[in-house]
Amino acid sequence: MSEALTTQSAPAADPETAVPSLGRRLLKDPLGVGALGFLLLVVLAAVFAGVIAPYGWNDQVLADALQGPSSTHPLGTDGAGRDVLSFLLYGGRFSLASAALAVVVAVGLGAVSGLIAGYFGRWFDSLGSWAANILLALPAMIVLLAARSVVGPSAWWAMGIFGVILSASVFRLVRAAVQGVRNELYVDAARVSGLSDVRIIFRHVLRVVRAPIIIQVASIASVAIAVQAGLEFIGMGDPEIPSWGKALNNGFTKIYQQPMLVLWPGLLIALTCLALTLIANALRDALENTGATQPKAPGHAGTPGATQSSVEDVPLLEVHGLRIAYGVPGGVKEVVHGIDLDVRAGEVLGLIGESGSGKTQTAFGIMGLLPVGGGITGGRVLWHGEDLVSKPAKELAALRGNKIAYIPQEPMSNLDPSFTIGYQLVEPLRQHLRMSRAQARERARELLARVGIPDPARTMRSYPHEVSGGMAQRVLIAGAISCEPELLIADEPTTALDVTVQADILELLRSLQQDLQMGVILVTHNFGVVADLCDRVAVMQEGLIVERGDIREVFADPQHPYTRQLFDAILSEDDVRPAYVAREMAR
Amino acid sequence: MLSFLVRRLLSGIAMLAVISTLAYLLMFMTGTDIARNLLGQNASEEAVAARAAQLGLDQPLLTRYVDWVSGALHGDLGTSWFSSVPVTELVGQRLGVTLSLVFLSTFFAALVAVIVGVIAAVHRGWIDRGLQVGSIVGAAIPNYLVALVLVIVLAIQLKWFEPTGYTRPQDSISGWLMSITLPVLALVVTTVAGVAQQVRGSLIDALRQDYVRTLRSRGLPEWRVVLLHALRNAAGPALSVLALLFVGLLGGAVIIEQLFAIPGAGSLAISSTSQGDIPVVMGLVVAIAVIVLVVNLVIDILQGWFNPKVRIS
Repeated sequence: MSEALTTQSAPAADPETAVPSLGRRLLKDPLGVGALGFLLLVVLAAVFAGVIAPYGWNDQVLADALQGPSSTHPLGTDGAGRDVLSFLLYGGRFSLASAALAVVVAVGLGAVSGLIAGYFGRWFDSLGSWAANILLALPAMIVLLAARSVVGPSAWWAMGIFGVILSASVFRLVRAAVQGVRNELYVDAARVSGLSDVRIIFRHVLRVVRAPIIIQVASIASVAIAVQAGLEFIGMGDPEIPSWGKALNNGFTKIYQQPMLVLWPGLLIALTCLALTLIANALRDALENTGATQPKAPGHAGTPGATQSSVEDVPLLEVHGLRIAYGVPGGVKEVVHGIDLDVRAGEVLGLIGESGSGKTQTAFGIMGLLPVGGGITGGRVLWHGEDLVSKPAKELAALRGNKIAYIPQEPMSNLDPSFTIGYQLVEPLRQHLRMSRAQARERARELLARVGIPDPARTMRSYPHEVSGGMAQRVLIAGAISCEPELLIADEPTTALDVTVQADILELLRSLQQDLQMGVILVTHNFGVVADLCDRVAVMQEGLIVERGDIREVFADPQHPYTRQLFDAILSEDDVRPAYVAREMAR
Repeated sequence: MLSFLVRRLLSGIAMLAVISTLAYLLMFMTGTDIARNLLGQNASEEAVAARAAQLGLDQPLLTRYVDWVSGALHGDLGTSWFSSVPVTELVGQRLGVTLSLVFLSTFFAALVAVIVGVIAAVHRGWIDRGLQVGSIVGAAIPNYLVALVLVIVLAIQLKWFEPTGYTRPQDSISGWLMSITLPVLALVVTTVAGVAQQVRGSLIDALRQDYVRTLRSRGLPEWRVVLLHALRNAAGPALSVLALLFVGLLGGAVIIEQLFAIPGAGSLAISSTSQGDIPVVMGLVVAIAVIVLVVNLVIDILQGWFNPKVRIS
């Protein structure tokens, strides 16, 4: 019934250091410290209520009923003439203790069952998940009321049962965390070295789930206090004990005579819940290492103006001194260190280098499509002599897909899974070429036929997950060339495909390039592909271009050692590829 | 899609069966003790036995359960021990009020959450930080405290609304709207930021996907990329949150109804709990389990509509 019901997932924690540094980092967070201090104060006040409170919680002096704050009654008196401060102090004992009961039950039950389910799996896992679904299917309030009709008005029973309900969320959290680490290498190693399951759980697994459980405890405590006070507030509480919720109820019945009466318990409940939530939040923040900054684009610093050459000589695209950087915690990391490139109309430029060399970043930078956190920090990208870096987003969008097109590396993740292939092809045609729906659909069918898709009408109706990787790449190529662009940027267009399909796709790209006379930037790590298609080549290493030139010259006489290294790689491509792929996947 | 829905329906019905069985067994387990609770500790043994016999509590638990199930399958959930009104009638009258409250709150919370979540995901900045603060505070502060503040400020101080009370829509539409404004507001205020935070999160996730870059590389306007493509892909996780929100609001409505003196299922649950009117409590549990089941099914259907993978496989 409720696969939809999910608990907040815990961030993965570094098993070795999570907890000690968590506490330390919490103490650096002023809100966390404030919340912790307030909570400590509330707990101490409740514990020492017998010493602090000026009266007993149920000392009624009817003659003094509904007084405002005074020196004898610092917070005034309620409708029965009880001292509000004393009532709240004693009430804190029960409010906090019953919430603590719920937490203990929830964590005890949830953590143990979650550990067993996550670590050993099998039938216990299915049973536990199923029980958790049942526990979370009904609103807790309804279950608590139903339970009360049987077990009577005891606050302890109510909070014990609430703890059982909440254990479902602890169960899910712990189970997921344990499943995450069960197959980690260090757990495997421990198992191989003959450690018993119990010792592995205590030594390795508990360490990982400790931090998420602590966070969960703070949130559960907040919810338990809110629900307990809520039950008392609506008169469904325990008549034997004082509590914050009951004080709220007392105040509510006298809301016209003495509105201040709801203020104090209300504030106390709200602040305590808030403090617990803030602590949970501060702990979660401390776990998730944040703090990445966005590099500022400095406009155009440090690049000498491009020399204006005669019009017919202006390349399609010129890149001068392009620098790209990403914000990282504590600073900025540059990944492209000022590179120059140019592509003429109808020319195929190979941009080659291994992964991490910055070639894909260069491609994204040219299109103005760097991921969040990345930015161009220097240099120019000239399109027919006009700078794209400073162009407004809207004008850049008008160029993209229309004049500058892009083919991605991984076909399956680059089609929107929620829309049909036809829809995704039609959209840019209508946007750029202002075609009618029918015209665009007709054109899309032609394009699919052009890229070698056997049944275009059927593919138009298909969703991306219904076609193969090779087909999806053909669809993406069709989409890229749909508006007959002048420049095509292809980022490793064959890397993710089966070897048998790779040659077909390269052949398709070559024939399209010749038909449409497009300029092409072909990003690849494979010199074989470069040799196949390119007129010129630029070799990129660690964010710099180390060698460039005509394809024949570079092939005949590679100058840079890195180029020679890449050459050697194609000679033994079959041996190298698996390792390369593995490395690529690991990134 | 159909087989998927049938599967979900069957698993929902199985869960309903388990919940109602567990609830029945736990609530009626004690047999004659129930009669004693009803009559008070000072009642004589004879009186208790007579009352137990009258209510059928002297029968074995299993016999009573089988009777209850066969009645339930014919739409008969028994009669109230106090008013002798059929449980289905009592629950039916009250449930409509609660559902109108909860559906309105879900609708407004979802609407505002989507708007705020999208703005926060796209623009970040102060609205994003504000949303984070709001969702923390909203998650922490119990809804009845917000309701109290609303009553004190908007009803007692400013006198814009009646502090408590309920007008039926068939008596006066405008009166009904006035009487449910504060309860709905209290329920929405405490939930909206949390839901918006979820919308923001799943939208940011969707915007990080490769296909978003490819869509941008096709030169589509940014609003189309965000509102059509990314938002639709973010709808799945957001809908799951909606199911969660609905169950949460159903529970939250109990206290809110009591506070505003609204004659809904929540206040029925409270009165029958304190009277020990177990058949009514049982009927409420079943009714609410059915509602949760139906809502989850509707969410599943919507999931299928948004996500073609669910629809086709």
